[in-house]
This record gives sequence, C-alpha cells and structure tokens, in this order.
Amino acid sequence: MKSKITWDSTPNLPTGSSRISRRELVKKIGAGSILAASGTLSADLLAAGKVNMGFIYVGSRDDFGYNQAHFEGKSGVTSLSWVKAVDEELVPESIEVEKTMESMIHLDGTKVLFPTSFGYFDPHILKLAPKYPDVTFLHCGGLWDSAKHPKNVGSYFGYIDEAVYLSGIVAGHMSKTGKLGYIAAIPIPQVLRNINAFTLGAQTVNSNATTNVVFTGGWAKPVQEAESANSMVDQGVDVLTCHVDSPKVVIETAEKRGVYSCGYHTNNAPLAPKGFLTGAEWNWSSVYQMYAKLIAEEAAIPNLVRGGLKEGIVKSSPYGSSVSAAAKANADAARAKLMAGGFSIFSGEIKDNKGNVVIPSGKSYAQTDIWLESMDWLVAGVIGST
Amino acid sequence: MTDQRKFNYRTLSSDEPDNLFGGAMPKALEAVLITAGALLISVLLVAVFFLSAGHQPVEVFHTIYRGAFGSWFSWQNTLVRAAPLLLTALCTAIPARAGLIVIGGEGAVVLGGLCAAVTGFQFLGAPPLLAMTAMLVSGCIAGGLWIGLSGFLRHYRGVNETISSLLLNYIAIAVLSFLVFGILRDPATLNKPSTHSIGAGNMLGTLGESSVHWGFGFGILFCVLLWFLCKRMTFGYELALVGGNPRAARLAGIPVGRVILVSCLLGGAAAGLAGAIEVVAVHGRANASLAAGYGYAGILVAFLARHNPLAIVPFAILLGGIQASGGLLQRAHDLPDATVAVIQGLIFLVILASEMMYGKLRFPRLMPFRSNTTLKAT
Amino acid sequence: MAETDVGFWGVVIAVLGGAIRVGTPFLFVSLGECLTERSGRINLGLEGNLIMGAMAGYAVSYYSQSPWLGVAVAGGTGLLLGAIHALLCQHPRVNHIAVGIALMIFATGVAFFLGKPFIQPSAPQLPSIGLGGWSDSPVVRAALDINALFFLGLLLVPALHWFLKYARWGLMVRVAGENANAALALGYKVKQIRLLATMFGGMLASIGGAYLSLYYPGSWNEGLSSGQGLMAVALVIFARWNPIYCLWASLLFGGAAALGPSLQSIGISWGYFLFNAAPYVLTLGIMIATSSAKQTLAGMPGEFVK
Repeated sequence: MKSKITWDSTPNLPTGSSRISRRELVKKIGAGSILAASGTLSADLLAAGKVNMGFIYVGSRDDFGYNQAHFEGKSGVTSLSWVKAVDEELVPESIEVEKTMESMIHLDGTKVLFPTSFGYFDPHILKLAPKYPDVTFLHCGGLWDSAKHPKNVGSYFGYIDEAVYLSGIVAGHMSKTGKLGYIAAIPIPQVLRNINAFTLGAQTVNSNATTNVVFTGGWAKPVQEAESANSMVDQGVDVLTCHVDSPKVVIETAEKRGVYSCGYHTNNAPLAPKGFLTGAEWNWSSVYQMYAKLIAEEAAIPNLVRGGLKEGIVKSSPYGSSVSAAAKANADAARAKLMAGGFSIFSGEIKDNKGNVVIPSGKSYAQTDIWLESMDWLVAGVIGST
Repeated sequence: MTDQRKFNYRTLSSDEPDNLFGGAMPKALEAVLITAGALLISVLLVAVFFLSAGHQPVEVFHTIYRGAFGSWFSWQNTLVRAAPLLLTALCTAIPARAGLIVIGGEGAVVLGGLCAAVTGFQFLGAPPLLAMTAMLVSGCIAGGLWIGLSGFLRHYRGVNETISSLLLNYIAIAVLSFLVFGILRDPATLNKPSTHSIGAGNMLGTLGESSVHWGFGFGILFCVLLWFLCKRMTFGYELALVGGNPRAARLAGIPVGRVILVSCLLGGAAAGLAGAIEVVAVHGRANASLAAGYGYAGILVAFLARHNPLAIVPFAILLGGIQASGGLLQRAHDLPDATVAVIQGLIFLVILASEMMYGKLRFPRLMPFRSNTTLKAT
Repeated sequence: MAETDVGFWGVVIAVLGGAIRVGTPFLFVSLGECLTERSGRINLGLEGNLIMGAMAGYAVSYYSQSPWLGVAVAGGTGLLLGAIHALLCQHPRVNHIAVGIALMIFATGVAFFLGKPFIQPSAPQLPSIGLGGWSDSPVVRAALDINALFFLGLLLVPALHWFLKYARWGLMVRVAGENANAALALGYKVKQIRLLATMFGGMLASIGGAYLSLYYPGSWNEGLSSGQGLMAVALVIFARWNPIYCLWASLLFGGAAALGPSLQSIGISWGYFLFNAAPYVLTLGIMIATSSAKQTLAGMPGEFVK
C-alpha cells in the first residue's frame, strides 16, 4: 500500500491543497471521529465514504496507447474495493468535456475528476473549477501554476522522456546502420522532448547515431504511420519508435519489415515478438492509487505531482529477446543513475540540428525545469524539422 | 392563397404528386404525423438493436431520457450541444431549398472560427460589444464565402457542389492546421498549438443564470429569420422555384445564379457563425478542436428537419439530447461511444425512408380539414 | 552526395510502392462507386462500407484464422449495405445522397460498436506475392511485395471496363444510368439493375476495407480509415467514370499520400499539413478545370444532369 510517489510541493501547499468530501465523510461516519492521517483505514469507514473518481479520455480506452494507459490506471484503482470509478471515452476537447465533467459531478456524484487529455485544461477545467469548489480537478499534463490557477485544480505528469532515453540507449546499441526512426504526430514540446531524449540516449553509445523524424500531422493516422515506417526502413532505418496515440501500426510494420522497434505508452512486446527491444510505459495505476488513498485518508492533495522512473510514474518495458547483454548493461547503468537522482538528460553542451548551441557547456536542466516544457528544437543528429 | 400551392416547398421532391385535393391531408399535419411515426419506428429499431446487444431497452431509454432531459442540468447539457447544430444544419438546409446538397458545414465552421479568432486578436483592447460583433461578423463572412465558393462553382462551372464542399472540408482543416502550427501560433500554447487568445473580456457570456452560452440564442434567431425569409418573402419563393425546376425558374425571369449563390452565402454564414461562436463563447482561441464534427452532424439535422429552418430547432435539440446522453450511456451501461452514432444513423435512415409516405396518408372523409389553411406552415 | 542520391531513389521507390500499398483501397472503392454511378445512383456511404468491411473482415479472420474468409464476409456486409441503399433509393422521393450519408453514420456506428473486442487481438493477415526476387535490394523487394488483393483489383479493372463497354448486362447498366426512361422503354428493369449495381459496388468498397484491416496498415481500430471511402465519389469524377482511369487515379492518390512521409524521411518536412491535403486540392482543381456550366463532364452518366 505504500506509495512510491513523491511530489514537489509549492510553498503554500497547506492552504493550496483541497480537502475532498470532508463534510460528507464526517456526516456518514459520525461527527467527532478522528481519522488517523497515515493509519490503515478500517473497512466500514472506507465503505461508507467510497472514494468516487471520474476519468475522461480523449480517445478509445483500448487503443494500445495513451488512453489505454490511463484506462489501465483506472482499472488499477477500481480493483480497490473502496473506490468507485466511472469513465468516459472519446470526449472531444471542447465544451463537451465541460459537460461530461459536470455530468459526472451531477449525475454520478463524482468528487475527483481526472480529465486526462492535455487540451482539457485551458479553458475547460479552468472554467469549471471555480464553479465547483467542492470538486477536485486533477489534470494530466503538469500545467498547474499556483499563481494563476484555482486551488481545487491540480496537475500530474510523468517524465516519460527518461524511459525514452533508455530506449534510445538500447536502440543505439542494436542499430547496425546507426539510423533510427521516430514517427510522431505533431511537433509539440512533449513530442520533441521525447525525440531528443531518444536521440541523446542513442548517441551515448553511438555518437554518429541519427534519428529520422516523420510527423504524420495527427494523433491517429494509421495509413500515414505505416507509410512513414516503410519509407524510413527504405532509407536504411533499422530501429523504429513512435509517439502517436496507438503504437500498434508502427510496431507491427517494423516487425513485418524485419527491423527492431521500441514501444511507447504501454507494453508493446506482444505486437513484435522478434524485433521488440524495450519501450517507455506509463504507470498510472500507482499514481491513481496514491490519489485514492490520500482522498480516503482526507489527507492534503498535492497540486502538482510529477516524477519519472524514480517516482515510479513511468517505467521501461521488459527487454525483448534480441537485446544484447551489452545494451542491457548500458541501459541498466543509465537507469541506476536516473533512479539515484541528480543526473540530467539535458545537460550541455547540446546543439540543435541547425547548429545553434541550445544548452551551453556546463549548464544542466533538471527534469522539473519549466524551460524544458517549451522545447521547440531538435538536437543535432535528428533529421527533420519542427 | 391558391397561387402558392403551385410552389413546392419541399425542395428535394420536385416529383411530388399533387395531393392537395380531396381527402388529402394538410401538409403540416402530414409532416408531423409521418415524422412522429418514423421516430416511433426508429425507437423500436433502436430497442431491437439494444436487445440484440444484450441490454434492456427500457433501462437504456430511461438513461437516455435522464441524460438528455431528465433534469435542468441535463437540459442545459442538451441545449449547449444543440447550439452549433442549429447553425450548421442551416448550412445544408438553405442551399437544399435551392436544390443543392452542400455537405461543407465542417469547413465553414473551421474557417469561421479561425477568422473570428484572428479578428478577435486585432480587437483586443476594443469595447467588448464591438469586438464581439466584429468576430461574429467575420466568422459569418468567412463561412459564407467558403460555401459561396461551392455555389459559385456549381452554377458557373458546373462543378458538383456536394463533392466540392466535401473537398473544401478537408482543405479548410488543412489550412487551419497549417496556420495554427505556423504563423498564427501563439508561442505560449505549448502542447496544444492555438492562435492568440481573444481576451477573456471579449468572450460571449451565457444566457441568464444558465450555463447555455449565447450561441443557442443566435442559433434560434437565425432559424427564425431564415424561416421567415424562406416562407414569407419573395426570396423564399425564388428559392423554391429554383429548387423545384431551375429551367422553369429561369424562364420565369428568376436570376437562378444569384439565388443559388445567395442561398450558399446564407448557409455558409450560419455555419461560419457556429465556428465563430465556438471561439468567442467556448475556446477563446482557434485550434484543432474546431473540427469537432458539428458540420457533419448538421447535415443530419437538416435532413431530419426536411430543410425547414423552423423544424431544425426541435431536431437539433433531439440530436443534442442524444449526444448529451452518450456519456451517461457509457458510464451507466458500459455501452461504447459508438452507440450514439448507431442511434443517429437509424433515425436518419428511417426518416429518409419515411419520405415515401408523403402523399399517401389520407383522412377519413368526415374530418373537416381544409387543405389550404396550413399550407404555409409546412 | 551519394547519400542523398540513395535517399532520392528511396523516395521514388517509396512513392511507387506506396502508390500500390495506399492506392489499393482507393481502387476498390472507386471501382465500386464507378459501377454504381454508371447505373445512375450515387452512393456517398461507401465510407461506411469500408469501415464495416474492415471490422467484419478482421473479426472473421480472427475467429476463423482465415483472412480470405474475412474478405468474403466483408464483401457480404458490403452487399447488404448496398442493398439497403438501393432499396431505400428506389422511391423517387428518397434522396440518394442523404441515404448515403445516413448509411455511413449507421454502418460506422455499428462497426465501432461491434468492433471494440477486436482492437486488441491480432488477426491473421492476407498473404502477399513477392515480385522483387530478381533484385538484391531489400528496398525494391519490399516495394514489390504486393498484396494478393491488389492483383484482384487489377483483374477487375479490365473486367469491369469490358463489362460496361461490351457486355449485354453492361449495356443495360449504362442505359439505366444514361436515361432511366429510355431503359424502361426498352423493357429493362431499372430498379433491379441499380439494386445489383449498388450491391456489387458496396461489396467492392467493403473488400477495400478488409484490405485496410487485413493487410495494410493491417490492424483494426477506430481511426483506421482516413476518409478513403468518402473520397470514392471524387475519385470517380476524377476518373471520368472509366474503370481504367480509376486505376490511374487510385495509384495517383496512393502515391500522393506516400509522398509526404517519404519526403520527410529524408528530411524535407516543410508544410506536411498542406501535403496531406494535396489530393483534395488536386481533385478540386481538376474538377474546376474540366467542368463547364454549358456542358456536362465527358463520361458523366446522363441521370446526374440536373
């Protein structure tokens, strides 16, 4: 039950945090009861104050990708007997998500909402939060800013680029041509950061490694993704990975063409029994269980929860059968450094692929640094442009 | 009154038999009866579908009712979703009265929204009323010109308007993406590239105490105005004539090209306004969320309403209600999101099939109806 | 310099290979729509057929472990949807474009509704025929690894062309499309002709869908089709209602879709949003350039002249 999550708290955390359903809980269990903040929770208490959570996904629950990762996280909390969770898939980033959130509040009695798509935050969550001060809105995306945003809103996000970096190390080892391929949806900071981390990882073992990038222009364009994968293999790329909603097409196409692949979002190993190397996965169920426990204990909910491998929010997929011992050793060593803390993927000198120095020598950006979240450049060795 | 009987207000049925005499039914009543019958049949078909999928239809229908109309909250949810459909339906309905089948509402929404956002950024410091008017008008203009292009190509180049407006949808979305990821991008919008904000102060508010934004009001207003135009003014006559028989209309001295063009401009303006309202009342900026399928849903509403601007209102609300209940269907019955599409598709099919009933319903002789009293209200 | 040369030829090969890979579903939907339109009906709902075919084909292939059975069942769903379209449109008051849109919404909804359990599992895929054995280059071999369904489509092109031009039944289809009254006067059963033409057209479109899920990209999910079925109507206009031109148009659209990714894979990545829209702009441009208010398009079935 012990949560592995840590969070970086803002200075005004005690006042900034929100209390969930205190009034209701107190009413149900009888006034005067004292909850032990960290003690184990008695069964009937939990049954009385069922933690009521609502999850909203922008895509389909079973897309082998981003939304499935959240759905698996939700399934992780629903397995706890004292949690009630509802969810809704394919909710567009428009007024419809506002209505879905309100519907969950009004019709399902949900007290904590997890709208999981980036575009739900501004303006939709920000518009509703002041209207429903009793409800907590926890958004996946790391956007919450104590100076600007309501106190009943929070953000959580994972530094998945750490796991992508490890994939890059393995890819750099296994590639014979030194050409890697990255199929991405659209050039936004989150995506660019992954591409850069992948390339930097590969370059630690092969300084000549390059990454070809194709942007398909949308999150779910299977034909374009397959076509991009084929084109890149034709160009001599022999390790493929991707950042699109569902990695299924890319990983399967790589397998068909007989090249290696690195997964994304969820464990993609079953899609490529021969060529799968490793992958970057979300581990939302640990996050959601942590939240559920805090809510049940009436503990303060942190407004900002972020973390990477060390905090257990992201993880690597198990190595595929073809990964060499040397690659494993290298990747495991890097993992140990990331888990220990203090190591930064983005430390200078780093040049972009136009020749400009973007991070000077000696300068190093910690994972939490906000500067990294506005990344609009690709590191040297990436073939493609934003 | 007798003159008006010659004109066929249901534009897509020029072959309609003359059934106004004898025991034939007044058109308004006929339309209401047939539509009600069709809705009843579609409810039965939907029930069969739910049964075969292993769900209790009565429970599911109750959930739909609860999600769509069961409470004041549900009503607001429904009306908010109906708001864009009122306007995008007009985009198909008005040109349809002139005999054109335009399916380009989505493109007009996207470009209307984009132009509104760009205009809004120029009017950042302006008084809200001025800024809002400028944004809404620019959305209308953009949408009107976009669909007007289809009408122009139809009349002056003989290009099929259905195909051209479909292609223009794809092109509009590509233009939006290109600009929003390029020169119009607000650099502060990191992971969801968007245009600059129009400013919170210039956003359109909600109707009274409700959470329904003003888009719904504009939608109703447009439906009523265009109904008046189509049913009570000369232009509506010309529209019906052109829709019924363009050659005869030309012989009668009606400027066919102008009528077609104006109908497309009006329809496009309505859809463009829908896009502008998405920006001014919901998003505050333009981004990929503008292509949310409102244009396509509008086609459905227009055909359900048989291109009558006033009938669009109840059908947009019905469709909004079905969409509003979609989420609850997922949560309460574990039904997939596609359930809403199945219901909509079935209703659409049955209503279209019910067209074949027109002219076949007859009254028992003793009913003292006179056919011309309700002619105009069809 | 040698590096870029290889890259350039890589692009050419990728576009040629892509023309076939991406173009095959276009070929099936356009041939199907071509036949339907030659009989005097427009079926705008082929997108629904495509998606339904993709789902049904994948599901049947998964359960039966036979992808060809999947293709057959997909074709069956297309026949059924085509029949619904044709039967509803038999009544003169019923608008065939609207019925197409309604069927598209309905079929897509049903496919997504029933298709949920098949997103995750992997179904057996259709075989391909390697024509590149002569070449040492894996790139050429991959591009010439051509799916069996493409050859089926390739056979259909001259067959349909011959049918429409020389066969007695083909003549009946053409007459029904040119002038329904003349066909009736000749004693042809226009309704039946159109029913069969729409059913067969629907079947071809659904087989095109099965290609998407059972070969390329080769999995079932809700984003599988990016409007290939909707484009059928535009493709047929592009191809002047001629099956042989349908082949060229499909390959052109396929190649155009392959061009963007392959240019990006050698580092040319400007304006890919516009690249993605290129086929639509091209079609619109050609429609504008070749149409005229005074006369109809060459090859257009007479029933479409308003």
